[in-house]
This record gives sequence, structure tokens and C-alpha cells, in this order.
Amino acid sequence: MSKIVFVIARKELKLLFVSPLAWTFLALIQLIITWVFLGRLDAFLELQSQLMQIANPPGATEVIIVPMFAVASIVLLMATPLLTMRLIAEEWRNRTMVLLISAPISMTTIVLGKFLGMMVFFLLTTLLTVILSLSLLAGGTMDFGLLVSNAVGLILLSASFVAVGLYISSLTSHPAIAALGTLGLLLALWIADIVASDFNTVIQNFSLLRHYESFNRGLIDTFSLVFFVLFILTFLILTIRRLDGERLHG
Amino acid sequence: MINSESSLENVSTRVQEVVSDVTVTAHNLSRRFGNHSAVRKVDLELKRSEVLGLLGPNGAGKSTTMQMLTGNLAPTSGSVQICGVDLIKNPLGAKRHIGYLPENPPLYKELTVDEYLQFAARLHNVDLSKTNDVLIDVKRRCGLEGIGKRLISALSKGFQQRVGIAQAIIHRPEVIILDEPSVGLDPNQIREIRDLIKELGKSCSIILSTHNLSEVESVCDRVKIMNHGVVVYSTALAELKQKALNLEQIFEQYTLKNE
Repeated sequence: MSKIVFVIARKELKLLFVSPLAWTFLALIQLIITWVFLGRLDAFLELQSQLMQIANPPGATEVIIVPMFAVASIVLLMATPLLTMRLIAEEWRNRTMVLLISAPISMTTIVLGKFLGMMVFFLLTTLLTVILSLSLLAGGTMDFGLLVSNAVGLILLSASFVAVGLYISSLTSHPAIAALGTLGLLLALWIADIVASDFNTVIQNFSLLRHYESFNRGLIDTFSLVFFVLFILTFLILTIRRLDGERLHG
Repeated sequence: MINSESSLENVSTRVQEVVSDVTVTAHNLSRRFGNHSAVRKVDLELKRSEVLGLLGPNGAGKSTTMQMLTGNLAPTSGSVQICGVDLIKNPLGAKRHIGYLPENPPLYKELTVDEYLQFAARLHNVDLSKTNDVLIDVKRRCGLEGIGKRLISALSKGFQQRVGIAQAIIHRPEVIILDEPSVGLDPNQIREIRDLIKELGKSCSIILSTHNLSEVESVCDRVKIMNHGVVVYSTALAELKQKALNLEQIFEQYTLKNE
């Protein structure tokens, strides 16, 4: 079974990279992140002399890398729906799902394969961001702990976005509707924080970005970690159930 | 060449004599969509190296039956066994023996023929070291030599249909289910596809649906006519020939009277 997961993941990646969408996305995120990176670097160099006078001054990692990862999360929020929309919706539309369902593989294998394929792409995105951060080493030292925490946070956040995107994509045979639906749900989960901030209620805990913020600050919070894992699992299981349901109810 | 073909025939007839086992059994197969019942109480039995033709007007339930036989649609009631394995209880075990070409060939148009067939082979657990040989063999059988590097989207309808068939037979299944395999092909291609089906029918069980009555007469051993979700007529073609009956008249007789 595990072998077929990789077969499907490979196919997803191949389909992703034959379309210009993936390349455009990679170019876009690199452009925006580099822009933030250079802007913050400029600010840091200007402020450096003043910062030295503070007792416990923030380092380059805090001033440059942290805001860069914060921006990266917003770009992911906007762009993930466009990348995940065709994962299953297009298979319904082009009737290619039949090929997967007729093969001797389980729905779980199909869903995990698609999820893994997309995650390889987002690991690549994270890797590019990390490499950009590492270029700071040319001019000084870095807080590696903070960088790792940010990278882990970004991977978990993108995995959550992909899980949502995968599920919404399984609900419709129109990729555009899948993209809109995913964007809507992700925005709602983002805003959950703002709406609930006055009440300090349970809803607040459902804000993905709030959990990401703790990683962003360099804090690997067990609650946030568990939340992300449960969130991803929930949507993967929902997708598997949805595919099984389609076969049963047609 | 002639030698190898005749030896193949020998082997297949021997297999038929020795094993002669049943590959597909469907019992009491029914499927409802809400209040509409698409297929009602279809019984089906197929032996090795038999070709069964499913005939019937549009909407008769042929495709639905095939979807249930391949595990794409769960039946409301009834059971299916493929090579002795229950499709509902052990879907993965049963699907191993099936090759399926649905009405719309499930093609990833952005891939090349080779990439697509490789993916299909890996999905069906074809041994990685053998993939190359399998690919060459299946392309030869389906007349796809020389276009392995072409994008599927750039192929004509006829070639796309052949890629669809190649996908269905790449893992050498014992049961091949073809939903309207010759639709959209020109007369030469139809003849080639028929020859291919005949050749495959020597060693496998094949179920095919079609609107072309002469196709049934030329490749099938048995025929079932469906109408409004029910099998209304079922016979062996040899019997039909013996009684000098005309398939076209029978088809009209059984499918028009209910209108």
C-alpha cells in the first residue's frame, strides 16, 4: 500500500509541474518573501546602532526572519486554494477518478497519495524560504532554534491548508468552486481569532493563524502542535469518507 | 509468428479444458438511485475465455451494471464475485483481476502515453523491473507503437480510446470490462479493436457493451439484452445461429415492446 501512495504522489507532482500554475506560485512567493526580506534587512541595518543600546536587543532572526514567515503564511493562505482545487474536483470532472477507484487500492491510499504529493510541493516552498533565511549567515550569526520553529510552523500550517483544500475539492466537480470554498473556509478560520478576541471563547482555539503565531514567535506549543495534527487528520478522514460515500450513494 | 499464435491457441484451449472455471458471478444485482431503480435483479455468469456482449438502448442500465461489476458503484443489493473473490467483502483482492474501460476513457491528458501507461501499471502493482517490457507489449497489442512520447491531449479520439484499452489490459487481468470500446472509431480502427478483443478473449473473460449489433455477432460468444434495468433476453450466439434467428429483430422485439 505504501508504495502506491508514492506512485500517486508522484503523479500529482507531475501534473502540478506540467501546468504553469505551480511555477507561477513558486515565483510569486519567492518574490514577495524576498521583498519582505530585503525591506526588513534594510530596516535592521538602519536600526542596528540604536538596538545595540538596548539591554537585550532583538537579533537579525527576530527582526528579519519572523516577519518574513508571517507574510509567507498569508501568501500560502491565498494561494493554497488555487493549488489544491484540482486535486479531486478535476478527477471527478475528467472522469479519471474511475482509474484510481478501479485499481486495487483503498480510498485511504488515494487520499494520502494526493496529500503527500501536495506536501512535497509545500516542503519545497518552505525549503526555499529557509535557504533565503540562511543567506543571513553571510553577515553574522542566526538564532537557529527560531528558524526551525518557524519552518515547522509553516509546514504544519500548509499541511492544514492542503487538508482543507483536499476535502473541499472532493465535494465538487468544479475546480473553481473548490478554490472559492477553500479560500472561504480558510479565511473564516483565520478571522475566527479576530471575531472571538473579545470573548475569549473556544472559537479562538480554532484559529489556525493563532496557533501559527506561537511557532512564529519561536514557541513550539504542545497544544498548537496537537491542534494542527488533529486538524489535518480530521480533514483527511472526512475526505476518505466522502470518497467512500460517493461509491455508495453515486 | 503463425507458429506462436497457434501454440497460444493450443494453450488457451487447454486452459479452457483444464480449468474451465467461472471468473465472474453476479447474483441478484440491483441498484437504485433514490426512487429510480437503474438496475434490477441482474444475474450474470461468465467463464474463462468467454466474451459476453451487453446490448440495450441508452439508459438501459448497461453502464451502471458495469460500474457495479468493477467496484465503482456499490450495489443496493446482490453480490459480485470475481475469480472467486467477493467484490464487496474484499474489494482490493477482487479488483486485482479486473481491467476496466469506462464509457469516457479515464485519461490524464497532460501526460504522455508512456507516462500515463507507466502510472497505470504501477497502480496495478506491475513489477517495476518488468514495467518496460509490459509497456512495449501493451503498446504493440493496442497499436500505440511510435506515439509513446506524444501528449494524450494531442491524440485523436481513436488513439485516445486505444490508450484507454491499453490501460485496462496492462496488468493482464483475467476479467476485462469494456464500456462501448468502439465508439468514435473509424471502420478500420473498429476492425482492429475487434481483432484485439478476439485475441484477448482467447485467454480472458470479456464483458463489453455496444450499440453495434454486428460487433456482437463478430466477437461475442454470448449476448444479453437489457432494457429498463432488466435483462430481457439472454442467449449464446451459437444457438442464435443454429436457429437462424436475426439479432436485430430480437433486439427490436425485446426493447421496443416496453416503450
